[in-house]
Amino acid sequence: MRPILSVLNVLGALLMLFSGYYVLPLATALVYGEAESLRVFALCAGITLAAGGALVLATWRFRRELKPRDGYLLVSLSWLAVTAAAAMPMMLGAPGLSFTDAFFESMSGLSTTGSTVITGLDKLPNTVNLWRCALHWLGGMGIIVLAVAVLPLLGVGGMQMYRAETPGPVKDAKLTPRITETAKALWMVYAGITAVCVAALWIAGMSPFEAICHAFTVMSLGGFSTHDASAAWFDSAAIEMVLMLFMLVASLNFATHFLALRRGDPGAYRRDPEARWVFVWVGVSILLLTAEITHARLYDSFGESLRHVAFATISMATTTGLVTEDFSLWPVFASMWILFLSCVVSCTGSTGGGIKMFRSLIMIKQFFREMFVLVHPSAVAPLKIAGAVISNRVVYSVLAFIFVYFMTVVILTFALLATNMDFTSALTATVASINNAGPGLGQVGPATNYGSLNDKQTWICTLAMFLGRIELFTFLILFSPSFWRK
Amino acid sequence: MKVLILGAGQVGRSAAYHLAREPENEVTVVDSNETVLRDLQSRIDVRTVAGNASYPAVLEAAGIADADILVALTSSDEVNMVACEIANALYRVPTKIARIRAPEYTSHAELFADGALAVDAWISPEQLVTEYIERLIHNPGALQIVDFADGRVRLVGMLARKGGLLVGQQVRTLKDHMPNAEARIAAIYRNARFIEPDGETVVEEGDEIFFVAARENMQRMMNEITRAEEKVRKVIIAGGGNIGFRLAKLLEPHYQVKLIERDAERARRVSERLDGTIVLHGDAQDEELLIEENIDSTDVFAAVTNSEEANVLSAMLAKRLGARKVLSLINRPTYGELMENRSIDITVSPQTVTIGSLLAHVRKGDVVRVHSLRRGSAEALETVVHGPQDKSRVVGRRIEELDLPNGAVIVALVRAERVMIAHHDTQIEPEDHIIMFLSDRRQVDAVQRLFASE
Repeated sequence: MRPILSVLNVLGALLMLFSGYYVLPLATALVYGEAESLRVFALCAGITLAAGGALVLATWRFRRELKPRDGYLLVSLSWLAVTAAAAMPMMLGAPGLSFTDAFFESMSGLSTTGSTVITGLDKLPNTVNLWRCALHWLGGMGIIVLAVAVLPLLGVGGMQMYRAETPGPVKDAKLTPRITETAKALWMVYAGITAVCVAALWIAGMSPFEAICHAFTVMSLGGFSTHDASAAWFDSAAIEMVLMLFMLVASLNFATHFLALRRGDPGAYRRDPEARWVFVWVGVSILLLTAEITHARLYDSFGESLRHVAFATISMATTTGLVTEDFSLWPVFASMWILFLSCVVSCTGSTGGGIKMFRSLIMIKQFFREMFVLVHPSAVAPLKIAGAVISNRVVYSVLAFIFVYFMTVVILTFALLATNMDFTSALTATVASINNAGPGLGQVGPATNYGSLNDKQTWICTLAMFLGRIELFTFLILFSPSFWRK
Repeated sequence: MKVLILGAGQVGRSAAYHLAREPENEVTVVDSNETVLRDLQSRIDVRTVAGNASYPAVLEAAGIADADILVALTSSDEVNMVACEIANALYRVPTKIARIRAPEYTSHAELFADGALAVDAWISPEQLVTEYIERLIHNPGALQIVDFADGRVRLVGMLARKGGLLVGQQVRTLKDHMPNAEARIAAIYRNARFIEPDGETVVEEGDEIFFVAARENMQRMMNEITRAEEKVRKVIIAGGGNIGFRLAKLLEPHYQVKLIERDAERARRVSERLDGTIVLHGDAQDEELLIEENIDSTDVFAAVTNSEEANVLSAMLAKRLGARKVLSLINRPTYGELMENRSIDITVSPQTVTIGSLLAHVRKGDVVRVHSLRRGSAEALETVVHGPQDKSRVVGRRIEELDLPNGAVIVALVRAERVMIAHHDTQIEPEDHIIMFLSDRRQVDAVQRLFASE
C-alpha cells in the first residue's frame, strides 16, 4: 500500500495545481458576464483544490521522493483524476450532460481527441467552450510535463514520469541538463507558438474568443470547435490556411521547435529525421486524393477539391480532427486513407497521437533490413535513422508497441461490435479514438458526432482515447504482476 | 643529426631502421618494453632507453637535451603530444614530430599552428596508407602513385602490358602520341634491373615503368603503358581495423563497398559509423563467404587486416576465386617481392608509405618530400633550390650541366605553381621545386651535397 499512498500524495499536489487552471474559464466568465458559469466553475475549482489538499494532508506521512516505477502509476492515476475533475464543470455547465458523457467530453479534451457528444456548441456558454479547448491545450503538452516544470517536489522521479507521459519511442534526449528546465522550455515554446497562432487566426478573421479557442485546439492537435459545423462554419480560405499551417507546425517534434527557435538554428528542421517524412506523406497523399476526388467530380472545380482534400488530409493526418467537409461521403479509398494517415504521421514529441512517424520509420527500415539480411546472411546491418543508430532494444519495443496497438484496435473494435454497432463505425471509432483524431466514418462521421453512442460505447471510446494518449504501456504495465511485486 | 624516436612499435621500428642506415644520423629509441628494445638493438645500430616516453627523466636519459629532432611515434596520441610539449618547454628541441591518428585532433589545423600545440608536424600512418590505397583504387593499373608539390605532380609506377600505345615503341614516340600533354618516363626496371631511359630505349611488355606527369595528364599517360582498364565498381575490403574502416569511409561514396571483419563487436561498431558500406561479419579467408558475396564480380579486393599472413592468403584466395585485382598490405619487404606481380597484383607496405614523410624532416637542405619506392631501394624526392647563383651549384645552370650522380634523374620542376617536365636544356632558377628519381638510395648523400648552398 505504501507506494500507492506516496503516489497519492503527489497526485493531491497535482490536483491542487490543476485547480489553478480554472483561472482561464473564470476570467472568461467574468469577461462575458456569465454569472451561472462563474458560480459553477468557482465551485468546481474549490472542490478540486479541497480534494487535492485533503489528499495531500491525508498522505503526508508517506511523502517521499518518487521511485522510477511510481511514474507509471502516477501518470495513469493523474490522467484519470484530472479528467474526472475536469468533467465536473461540464456536467454542471452544459445542460443535460450525463456523467458518462461529461467524462467522455473531458477525456476527449485532455487526450486531444476532439470528439464531442454535445450538439449545439454554438449555444453553449463561452466559458464551457473555452474550458473544452483549454483542456486540449493542457493535454497537448501534458499534465505531467507541466507539473515537472512547476512542481519542485517531483525531483529525480520527474524524468521517469516525463518519459511515461511523453509520446514516442526514444525519450532520453533532454534539451537541457535538468528535466525541470527541459519541461519549462517545452512549455515556453508551446505557449509562444500558440500566441502567434492566436494572432494569426485573429488577423485571418476570427473573433478574439474564437481565435483563442481554435489556437488551443490546433496547437494541441485536438479538434474541438466552438461551432457544431467545426471549421466549415467560417467558410474562409484564409482561416483554413492558417489552421493547416499551425496543424503542421504542431505535428512536428517540439524539441525541434525548441532548437530552431530558442537557439536560432533553422537547420534543426532539416536534421529532424521525422519532419521531412511528415511533409512527404502529407504532400503525396494530398496529390493522390485530390486526383481521386477531382476524378469523382464531387466538387465543381479542381481548386475546390484541392482545398477540401488538403484540409481534411492535414487535419486527420495530424490527428486534429477539425472538418470543413464530410469526408465520409468521399470514395471509401479516400476516407479510409485519411484515417490511416492519422495512425502514422505525427512526430515523436509532438502533440499528436497514433503510432508516430518515428516508429513508422523504424518499422519500414526494419522491413528493408530483414530483406537485406536475407541477401547477405553474414551482414552486420545496424538500423539507422538520419545517421543515428537505433539499438535493437528500441526496435523490439517498437515491434511490441505496434503489436499491442493493433491488438488494442482489434479488441476494442470487437467490443464495439458486441454492442451492436456496425462494422465501419466500430472500426473507425476505435481508430479515430486511439489515435486521438476525432471523427471516424459512419455513425461517428464528420457530419455527426459521438452523441448518438450509448453509454457502453461511450466508455469504450473513452478507454481508447486514454490508452492512445498515454501510449498503452504506461497504463497496461499497471496490470502486470511484476509491477506490483517488491 | 641526432634523432630521438619514442615508441618501438611497427612504425617506430621501421623509422629507426630507415634513419639508422643513413650514416650521418645518431638514433635513440625509447619504449617501455625492454624485450622489444633488446631485440631492436641487436638488429640495428641504435641506442635504446626503456621507460615511459613522456617522462622528462626518461627523455633526459635518452639524450633529449641535444637532440635535433624528436619523433614521437607511440601508439597513444596523447603521450605523443605531451612528449612534444615537454621537449619544447624543457629542452627546446628544434623539430618535434608526433604521430597523431585520431581525426578528432588532426581535423583542427589550428591546433598545430604556431603558439598552440608544440607539434611542428604530425603524421598519421593510417591516414597515409589509406589515402595511398584510395589513389590506387581510383586509378586501376597503377602499382604505386605518389604525390609531389601538393598533388600537382604525380609519380606513377606500373607494368607495361600489351595494348599500351608505347609498348614495343621507342620512348621518343611519346611526343607524337601526346603532343600537348607533357609527361616523362623516369625509370624502367627490366627483370628488376634499372635502365636509365633515353629516346632510343624500347619499352617492352613486362617492364616496370615509373613516369611523372601533371596530375591531369596522368590517366592519358597510363594508357600509353597498358590498355585502359575497366572502371572499378565493386570493392571488397578485408579487415575492419583502422585502415579498413577509413578506406571504406573514403570509398563508399564512389563504389559499392563491402567490408569483412572477423570480430563481431568491431564489425558492429564499424557498421554503425559507415553509411553505404555493407559490413559482413566473417573471415576473409572463408571461401564460402567470398563466393556468397560474389567475389568473382569484384573489381578490387583489398586485404588490410593487421596480420600480413592473413592478408597474403586471403588476397591469393580472392584472386583464385575470380577477383579482378587484389591488393594486400604487407610489412616485410621480402614478402612483397615474393608476391607482387605474381599471385597478388599490388602489395602496399605501410612502412614505405609512411617513412617518406618522416625522411623529409630529417634530410638536410630543403627537401620537402621524400617517397620511398620499390620497397626502399629507390627514392623520389622533391627539393627546393635557393639562390643566389654564386652560392649554389645548380641555380642558373642547365640540367645537362649538373654533376648528378649515377642513377639520379631530374624528372620535373614546379616553378611558381606551374608544372614543367624536365628537359636536358631546362635552366634551373631560384625557388624551383625539383623532383628527382634516385634509382639507388645511397646516392641521396651526393644529391644533398649538390643542392646545398655553400
